[in-house]
Amino acid sequence: MTTVRKLTMAQAIAEAIGQEMERDPKVFVMGEDIAGYGGIFGATGGLLQRFGEERIMDTPISETAFIGAATGAAAEGFRPIVELMFVDFFGVCMDQIYNHLAKNTYMSGGNVHLPVVLMTAIGGGYNDAAQHSQCLYSVFAHVPGLKVVVPSNAYDAKGLMIQAIRDDNPVMYFFHKGIMGLPWMAYLEGSSNDVPQEAYTVPFGEARIAREGKDVTIVSLSQMVQKALLAAAELQKEGISAEVIDLRTLVPLDVNAVVRSVTKTGRLLVADEDYLNFGLSGEIAALIAERLDTITLKSPVRRLGVPGVPIPYSRPLERFAIPQVKNIIDTCRGMMEKKLEKAA
Amino acid sequence: MEPTSGQLMWMYETMILIREYEETMAKVYLEGKLPPEIQKGLAFDIGSGPVPGEMHLSAGQEPVAVGVCAHLRKEDTVVGTHRPHHFAIAKGVPLDRMTAEMFGKATGLSSGKGGHMHLFDPEHKFSCSGIVGASMPPACGAALASKKAGKDWVAVAFFGEGAANQGAFHESLNLAALWKLPVVFVCEDNKYGISVDKVHSTSIRSNADRAVAYGVPGIAVTRNDALEVFKAAGEAVARARSGGGPTLIEVKTDRYMGHFQGDAEVYRPKGEVGELRKSDPIPALGVVLRARGMLKEDKEAAVRQEAHERVTKAFEFARRSPYPEPAQALEHVFA
Repeated sequence: MTTVRKLTMAQAIAEAIGQEMERDPKVFVMGEDIAGYGGIFGATGGLLQRFGEERIMDTPISETAFIGAATGAAAEGFRPIVELMFVDFFGVCMDQIYNHLAKNTYMSGGNVHLPVVLMTAIGGGYNDAAQHSQCLYSVFAHVPGLKVVVPSNAYDAKGLMIQAIRDDNPVMYFFHKGIMGLPWMAYLEGSSNDVPQEAYTVPFGEARIAREGKDVTIVSLSQMVQKALLAAAELQKEGISAEVIDLRTLVPLDVNAVVRSVTKTGRLLVADEDYLNFGLSGEIAALIAERLDTITLKSPVRRLGVPGVPIPYSRPLERFAIPQVKNIIDTCRGMMEKKLEKAA
Repeated sequence: MEPTSGQLMWMYETMILIREYEETMAKVYLEGKLPPEIQKGLAFDIGSGPVPGEMHLSAGQEPVAVGVCAHLRKEDTVVGTHRPHHFAIAKGVPLDRMTAEMFGKATGLSSGKGGHMHLFDPEHKFSCSGIVGASMPPACGAALASKKAGKDWVAVAFFGEGAANQGAFHESLNLAALWKLPVVFVCEDNKYGISVDKVHSTSIRSNADRAVAYGVPGIAVTRNDALEVFKAAGEAVARARSGGGPTLIEVKTDRYMGHFQGDAEVYRPKGEVGELRKSDPIPALGVVLRARGMLKEDKEAAVRQEAHERVTKAFEFARRSPYPEPAQALEHVFA
């Protein structure tokens, strides 16, 4: 009998890590405040009590050293999970990530395997300003050699984490603070959902249709999936049927899921919380642009993301910079009107 | 080096002002963040209320700011940390515009772009960063600029004991020592890097000992005492100003509040803060002033009243200031 409970994303991630640690003694965790504190965002809650400080290791504030150490330990056959508290902090340790963790497998001609999971918190919406609110997953998807996982809900978060730990490659795992279900931060409740107790995997490279629709495809990920679902429910009231695609992983990317949906609807909106320029939204748009011989669009492609500015602190400024549910609704509406104009 | 009467009084008044500011902010910060005003099931919502986002308060750490800044001039540069209010206040950053910044208002230091961890006041040569260890390289740069310009201005980098395990600490100390830069590195050891006790993060007891590795003087201030800090900083600032190069100081200080407001502080032994508050550095300096006859009862009351009025006015200014227009988010990416 499968026991299913409603969990927050933070609980689901911690459960996944705990189950894999029980299964495989090679798995251990390093990071700042991940032991007694259980991780600032709860991703390692309760693990110290179960596994002890040999395997749940608080580190000094020395990201270059401990993320580099994860690479080194992985090369020796361990399966480290490391937490970079906020993705914004990658600046102090990026060399170890992109010049070593990401490249050593390739540079060794495939002779070195680095089963490291690097998990990190992303996202804004709570006024933490420019150094604590970014998403930045596009940066890591841009660099070859890192798998990139960006869950939107607890069920996926658990399955993707187990998949990440079992993968023989470096995996960057991004959890958005505004869907973790923390007791100290408002969150979008669609992210807490039913999670089976036993271990399971969600394969990489398989997007999920979070809501079926026929008029417009909203390609999204992470917290923005929850916003897109709220927008889709509103649009339905106006008779606009939006399909919401949750990418779940950027590397590998489920190109077919996007193409299939846009072929069906003829309209593409990419709703993203990362920077708009030179990133995810442009990549998805390009997938469609490259297939315009077989896809007929009824409206130009539209993109929502953070315009080329750092995340501002002040509430009205941040709300302007980060796409909101209303922006998704308005954009979809505009795309439908585009069609009406042509028809007229 | 003995402080003048003026310096003593300034340190006392400024510590009281800082404490008043932090205690006021602790209260105001909670507005709108507690049930029943927030989402069901939440104990607290960091993103609500007039002052949203993270809030790191410095109550208890006042001696570090005043003991160092008592030696500084307006032309000297201070680079602070994610917990910056005590440094900013001691460096003379205006309270009204600083507070308005934390309210995200158009009248703020950065018209709402920065917030509490990112205070920039070029006029008073103050800045800070939310990234641990980030204060030291730019302080080296300010010191380099002073040297190139032929000035006797100095730069101070404040940072926490946790930051001493960042590469930036070691790189900056070496650079400053190598180039004999007029910079003072001041480490605030408040025992905790968020939740992690220094004994679990740092391989030696005192970061001041790390100075040896870079051939610079290291001073350990072992008490959370404004006069002790004043003495150590006086030596260091004088050395920097006279071309003698950098100094590393570590001050043992105390954090009375959480790492951030809302921190459940599960890592603190029960009663720890109560114990720490027994050696509060503000009344301790008051005792010194009274012994010198500088602090009669009416003076004490006047100092506290003035601090209260200044802080109240700053918060009122912030509250009644307008928010920026949303589209102003697009401004200031480039000069």
